[in-house]
Amino acid sequence: MDDRKKREMAPTGEYIAGMNTYSQEFRQQGLEGLQQAKRRWEEEEAGGRPERQGSFRTASDLAVERLYTPLESSPDYLSNLGFPGRFPFTRGVQPTMYRGRFWTMRQYAGFGTAEESNRRYKYLLEQGQTGLSVAFDLPTQLGLDADDPLAAGEVGKVGVSISSLEDMEVLLDGIPLDRVSTSMTINAPAAILLAMYIAVAEKQGVPTEKLSGTIQNDILKEYAARGTYIFPPEPSLRLITDVFSFCARHLPEWNTISISGYHMREAGCTAVQEVAFTLANGLEYVQRAVRAGLDVDAFAPRLSFFFNAHMDFLEEVAKFRAARRLWARLMRDRVGARDPRSWMLRFHTQTAGSSLTAQQPDNNVVRVALQALAAVLGGTQSLHTNARDEALALPTEESARVALRTQQIIAYESGVADTVDPLGGSYYVEHLTDRIEAEALAYIDRIEAMGGAATAIERGFVQREIQEAAYRYQRQVESGERLVVGVNRFTLEAEAQPELLTLNPAVEAHQAERLARLRRQRNGGAVEQALTALRRAAEGGDNLLPPILDAVRAYATIGEISGALRSVFGEYRPAAEV
Amino acid sequence: MAFQAGPQGSERPIRVLIGKPGLDGHDRGAKVIARGLRDAGMEVIYTGLRQTPEQIARVASQEDVDVVGLSILSGAHNALLPRVVEALHREGMEDVLVVAGGVIPERDLPSLRQAGVAAVFGPGTPISDIAAFIRSQVRT
Repeated sequence: MDDRKKREMAPTGEYIAGMNTYSQEFRQQGLEGLQQAKRRWEEEEAGGRPERQGSFRTASDLAVERLYTPLESSPDYLSNLGFPGRFPFTRGVQPTMYRGRFWTMRQYAGFGTAEESNRRYKYLLEQGQTGLSVAFDLPTQLGLDADDPLAAGEVGKVGVSISSLEDMEVLLDGIPLDRVSTSMTINAPAAILLAMYIAVAEKQGVPTEKLSGTIQNDILKEYAARGTYIFPPEPSLRLITDVFSFCARHLPEWNTISISGYHMREAGCTAVQEVAFTLANGLEYVQRAVRAGLDVDAFAPRLSFFFNAHMDFLEEVAKFRAARRLWARLMRDRVGARDPRSWMLRFHTQTAGSSLTAQQPDNNVVRVALQALAAVLGGTQSLHTNARDEALALPTEESARVALRTQQIIAYESGVADTVDPLGGSYYVEHLTDRIEAEALAYIDRIEAMGGAATAIERGFVQREIQEAAYRYQRQVESGERLVVGVNRFTLEAEAQPELLTLNPAVEAHQAERLARLRRQRNGGAVEQALTALRRAAEGGDNLLPPILDAVRAYATIGEISGALRSVFGEYRPAAEV
Repeated sequence: MAFQAGPQGSERPIRVLIGKPGLDGHDRGAKVIARGLRDAGMEVIYTGLRQTPEQIARVASQEDVDVVGLSILSGAHNALLPRVVEALHREGMEDVLVVAGGVIPERDLPSLRQAGVAAVFGPGTPISDIAAFIRSQVRT
């Protein structure tokens, strides 16, 4: 601890160290007076008054006191808060934050065929969205072709169906890849979709150095919560390290992973657990890449994160700040990264899908606005706002527009983006930031003691923690201890059903026909050769990106490429546990 | 919410299989319902993720369950739920109660009912309601 303190002071030098001593003495005298005054106030004013509840707790079950003062908040401004763009980044990763540029408004979208999704992307870009975020359907996410028997009924449902480079060319048609950044929610087959993106860029004449975007590529949370894994953990983690290393050489502007707490939170964990499990997964990826021989400062600046913005507004603001500070400390002091960019936790946020209610769906517009505001006050780099109808179906064009407008109103009308970290210094927010950081660190230490996140997940520890929290929440709602407006209070007898998005039922047949045509027209010999080379690379230890890229260029399908890897790596089949 | 089996255990508890048909990985709801029905006194088996209709029907038959609860949030319910019912019938389980939950728009309910899904419980349904429905439908 002493060591860490010393290092925290190091960058700012002796002058500031001297000031610290001065301000601490001054502070000490002030705090004693404050302590007495607060005690008096409790006795004379607040103590005897009845309150709505016997005790108050955050959504994550942290105790909430009546009043916060400097007594309960950060003890040392310079080492705990500091300045935006400087270690420990509590107040933000950039020096000017949204005064320089707003967060990227990035709405996750995709459904049906590549043609339909391409039209929706162009519509969103025309409406002022500043980055793309591609949702893939489940067959694509699981490395299955659209005509695979297991894909029946799922093609084009939760996202766009992409079976080959041909589909990707249609998806990105007319979108300038040197100017638009693209985030792709793809995990187990992330390397394959990244290769398709690169191949489309080659055809557009855009050099890989100019590509900017993100692949989620976070397999650990798939085992823990999201469920779209294919291969067992070891080869999956190797694929991730291969992506880190390939991108460090060829795609310097690409975020190679989006280490995600979002889905674990959706699955029911608390804010503290979200920070802890996400950063623990991050440490696992970092440690593996370092063990594979990569220099931490060559890849860590391209790691990115993805968090949930849930309902407890101030707890969420504190969560983002705590996550940023804790990652900086872990990367600098535990991992030993030297480049400040390796310490920075840059993150995307999505509002909480699980907080949306099917009852009185218009109320969700308000929920989303509060959650989005928390993300902005927490310093997010990009944001997706959910549409009001997502507890019922995929959003309509109209509800997707209201969701985007919500961000624009926060950006252009609310004024909260005009100064950096406006809630910094709030006694309560600082107290919560400290508390979440400390509790998350304790969890991370437990996970590290088990042997790291991969082991903790393989043993089911993380899954059990998430399940317990989810069940606790459900019981609180059912007992009425927790109120959800429109669900267990303020309900309506009869509700009108809103207009919902209807998906084109012909997608599956359309995709199957396109695949059949592709298989007839492509050079079958070249495909076979590329797949054989890929299998050979998978059996050995070479980086898998080049042979995947060759297979993609030859128009091998996602099912064939994943199939080649499945034949070497096998498939992961966990025991179901409730 | 407590459900008591008959006085001297003269009556076996209701047996429930919770299944996740298709490729959907969202299983918070399935697991919470499984826990809740177990706490309500039922015996609950959970299939785990990514089960085909045939796999679900086979487990239902092997475990001789009274109820099959299917959780689906991927939008594939119109394609997959009727297939589960058909597969159950092929296993000779015509009498098993089939219920579903997840993100299923109201406009799809009539055809699902016709296909043999007795009830669909949307987001926000209390587990106590689901348990009460099951008890009202299964023998006893």
